[in-house]
Amino acid sequence: MIFLNRNVIIQPITSTKNFPMSTDAETPTYTKSALEFKSSSFSVPVLVLYSTELKQIQHQLKEKISQAPEFFKNSPLLIDLKNCNDHEQLIDLAALIEFLHHIKLFPIGISGGSDTQNITAHKLHIPVHNIHGVQSASKAPEKNEPNNTPIKANDETGKLLENKLISQPVRSGQRIYAKGDLIILSHVSAGAEIMAEGNIHVYGALRGRALAGVLGDTESRIFCTILQAELVSIAGHYKTSEEFNKVDQDQPTQIFLQDQALIINNL
Amino acid sequence: MARIIVVTSGKGGVGKTTTSAAIAMGLAKKGHKTAVIDFDVGLRNLDLIMGCERRVVYDFVNVINGEASLRQALIKDKRCNQLFILPASQTRDKDALTKEGVGKVLDDLSKDFKYIVCDSPAGIERGANLAMYFADDAFVVTNPEVSSVRDSDRMLGILASKSRRAEEGKEAIKEYLLLSRYSPKRVKLGEMLSVDDVQDILSLHLLGVIPESRSVLNASNSGTPVILDEESNAGQAYADVVARYLGEDIPHRFVNEEKKGLFGKLFRSK
Repeated sequence: MIFLNRNVIIQPITSTKNFPMSTDAETPTYTKSALEFKSSSFSVPVLVLYSTELKQIQHQLKEKISQAPEFFKNSPLLIDLKNCNDHEQLIDLAALIEFLHHIKLFPIGISGGSDTQNITAHKLHIPVHNIHGVQSASKAPEKNEPNNTPIKANDETGKLLENKLISQPVRSGQRIYAKGDLIILSHVSAGAEIMAEGNIHVYGALRGRALAGVLGDTESRIFCTILQAELVSIAGHYKTSEEFNKVDQDQPTQIFLQDQALIINNL
Repeated sequence: MARIIVVTSGKGGVGKTTTSAAIAMGLAKKGHKTAVIDFDVGLRNLDLIMGCERRVVYDFVNVINGEASLRQALIKDKRCNQLFILPASQTRDKDALTKEGVGKVLDDLSKDFKYIVCDSPAGIERGANLAMYFADDAFVVTNPEVSSVRDSDRMLGILASKSRRAEEGKEAIKEYLLLSRYSPKRVKLGEMLSVDDVQDILSLHLLGVIPESRSVLNASNSGTPVILDEESNAGQAYADVVARYLGEDIPHRFVNEEKKGLFGKLFRSK
């Protein structure tokens, strides 16, 4: 059993028709709209189950929660059943949900459930999601990007890393995005933009924009042989070249975050 | 199969058409059957530089639309029988060019010609994209100043990602740098980027440095490709470029300010 954070996107309703409201003639006509549908994205803990032993789950769940009681207090939760269903172990969903309510967790959906489980969920007013289908679809368009070699590696947390290695110069106007670390063996021209969810290494002159830790990883760093960047950023903290502190720009340089401040120094 | 060369830059006024005319003439004079195509539909210039503006009957767009055959539209150069010019249309705009149409014209020309030189318009829009899409080699013409260098850099990015070779996953377009309007004197005064400065940013194979020269304007005005002016620095520089492109190993000239001793040498060699 593990917890994962996933982005859940609430899709807007695009129908142009009005909602079937009361047609009663006495209903006053409102000129101002009282509601609106919007698309929003937020993080929700996902409870991934590997076992159907309710007792075992209850025990381990209590243990986990005791480690961070504030974090889990009244937290929404998505239940991922795919793994245990893949092993043809069907869990008693109703009992599980009752227990979750009991320990003050709010299940807001299930994913990867069987047909019977989905019906049970509906009866309990729990929506059915398909996070596995969404995930694979969002990964597909990655593949047709030229001149990159994704290197896949699993770190100890089980998170999938996709590093990217570029051996050609990154030209003005080009944008490169890496889901893991980004390694560039040539220079990055002014007007180019390189972004990585992890670290950025440039074995050449960095003249464009470099953004590391774009998903908020404050531990990520930028390394370059020659620093002539227009802008550098780590986890959203940025500096333009005007604000760079005095370092020897022709020496290998690293940029990292310390106490919310961007530090630039020679290696 | 012909080798398709695109002469491109991104920025305008750096000498693309002058270069196209010169290298096409240079290749033809070396005995290779060469066609040069003006992709600047709506702003036709190549015919003026080549001195054949009064012989234009049909143009590139007519051929694409099937209103004329290639044979009818190609203009044979009067100075060199290996050189043919396909002029652009002056009355149309770049939307008249289609990928299929351009591809078919280049395919047809490929059967008969050794080299096809595509004179790209400025910018990164349709005309420029189609001029480089089918290319095997790219001559990137750059002036030694920052805006031209950046635009060339942008163009190189497009060459690497949006060409036919890139889309089909074939070997990338061979890119060459041609530094034009170079003045060693002004480089020395710090008014102009040096060859090394430009190479530092673009890191490309340098095919030649064309010195700033009055002969270029004179050649344009008289409709004679500058390469035919063998007396001029620019003409000689273009001759070197063509020779280097064809594989000859020639040291670079016109990079440093001429010393007086060298002047004497030049006079003696004549």
